[in-house]
Amino acid sequence: MTDISARTRANQQSPTARIALRWGLYAILFIFALYYLMPLFVMLTTSLKSLEEIRTGSLVALPRSVTFEAWATAWSGACTGIKCEGLQPYFWNSVLLAVPAVLISTLIGAMNGYVIAQWRFKGANLIFSLMLFGCFIPFQVVLLPMARTLGFLNIAGTIPGLIFVHVIYGIGFTTLFFRNYYVTIPSDLVKAAKIDGAGFFRIFWSIFLPLSLPIVVVTVIWQFTQIWNDFLFGVSFSQAGTQPITVALNNIVNSTTGVKEYNVDMAAAIIAALPTLFVYVVAGKYFIRGLTAGSVKG
Amino acid sequence: MLWLERHVPKLVLAPSFVAVLIFVYGFIGWTAWVSFTRSRLMPNYDIVGPIQYERLFASPRWDTAMNNLFIFGVLFIVTSMVLGLMLAIFLDQKIRTEGVLRTIYLYPMALSLIVTGTAWKWILNPGLGFESVVRGWGFETFTFDWLINPDMAIYTVVIAGVWQASGFVMALFLAGLRSVDEEIIKAAQVDGIPTHRIYSAIIIPSMAPIFLSAFIVLAHLAIKSFDLVIALTGGGPGYATDLPATYMYAMAFSRGDIGQAASSAMVMMGVVFAIVVPYLYSELRAKND
Repeated sequence: MTDISARTRANQQSPTARIALRWGLYAILFIFALYYLMPLFVMLTTSLKSLEEIRTGSLVALPRSVTFEAWATAWSGACTGIKCEGLQPYFWNSVLLAVPAVLISTLIGAMNGYVIAQWRFKGANLIFSLMLFGCFIPFQVVLLPMARTLGFLNIAGTIPGLIFVHVIYGIGFTTLFFRNYYVTIPSDLVKAAKIDGAGFFRIFWSIFLPLSLPIVVVTVIWQFTQIWNDFLFGVSFSQAGTQPITVALNNIVNSTTGVKEYNVDMAAAIIAALPTLFVYVVAGKYFIRGLTAGSVKG
Repeated sequence: MLWLERHVPKLVLAPSFVAVLIFVYGFIGWTAWVSFTRSRLMPNYDIVGPIQYERLFASPRWDTAMNNLFIFGVLFIVTSMVLGLMLAIFLDQKIRTEGVLRTIYLYPMALSLIVTGTAWKWILNPGLGFESVVRGWGFETFTFDWLINPDMAIYTVVIAGVWQASGFVMALFLAGLRSVDEEIIKAAQVDGIPTHRIYSAIIIPSMAPIFLSAFIVLAHLAIKSFDLVIALTGGGPGYATDLPATYMYAMAFSRGDIGQAASSAMVMMGVVFAIVVPYLYSELRAKND
């Protein structure tokens, strides 16, 4: 007894050193918080300044006079190439694209996960492995044939075409999410329900679906973030008028005509980021769960 | 009817299976095939051998892209891991504001890389950004022109990439730290082992699987990096910040060189598979054992 307490005492520093260490720790963590927040702060303040103030003032200074002009321009007047209608139409493109793509891929993932986890048949594991593998391919390797296929199906350059692409390449992840969740549900449940005469869909509908809320939230958030933030598919498979918001943002920022309006660029970037930021702030817990599940398990 | 009932699960899975077969494996096969042809603007299906790969490896632009991938990949992975581990350990010291700090560290992961690129392009802008801030503090000769300096521009991609992904690595490591058996840590504390030794000898070694996952995720992000470069540097100055992904895109959609696009995509996939396949294989085997 005395032996242990003597050793623990040897491990303890003087109270002053402990307090200093504690303060140092908080200082470092706080500095890093500033580092992560800095770009957002700069974006926000720049978007609220006039061009004149941007040219004369400092990057990190607060705006002397707040103006929302840049936001109005970014939303409805900024030029993406020839057209100057701001981000607005592209924002709605992204909504029209993301909502159906998220819903369809989540539904397919739920059914697939249910089959793979609870209705195992010979070869099911192989199919799952093949799907899992699909999550890891660099999409560059499917860009060319997909461009031709979309043309063949007559949906090249359309929003349904992009929905199709996102659903196809989202299936791997959504299946993975649901499969890993349903695997934890005891298989006796299905057996008992079968004895009671319930069929495949009935069991899914009245037993599995009611249990699925957490994983549905994780999957929807993951898919929404992926699809909203996608750029590669958007830039490859859209045309003027059907581009998603990330492509339009890039076009605004990199358009070479006229005066460079940094405040408009920043307002546009924040507008493009708002939906996913909102989801993150509101449902951060599920966002992180999806990120870690999607990476660690996959 | 009975037959149908028995096969419902298979029928439900079948469309996805067929879709994956066609749109993943079939398409990979198509790209592989075309990478051995003379295809330029239009695909051509006569196999002539590895001429596209010969052209690729002789191309100085591809050489730059692979070099950049190496520089970016190594720095991005190492810095994100070191920073993530450090922040995770610091946050694990019963910090009162942990929830808020975690939220702040991780939010960049919710942003599109185009947004991240746009923000950093503005911050690193030599005329009006960070450089002019430091000059304003009285350091009149301070220069920070990495964004437009061909030798340094790739490091700006690292800066923005680390900013985006390190909080995520922190979250992975934090979860790992929390899953270490508390009893062992308590026993070590009772034995009077100093905290830094507990970390370096007990906790960190037991997190080896997390290091592996973090590495896989980061390597995967690095190889697929496309949006960030497009938004931050556009691959420039010249093609100084080209990565394989931007090279492939340029060949496919602006140069009209399908053969080069296909062969560069296949090399990218080779790199991904060299990293991911052993990992997936060991994961799947561990689960089946």
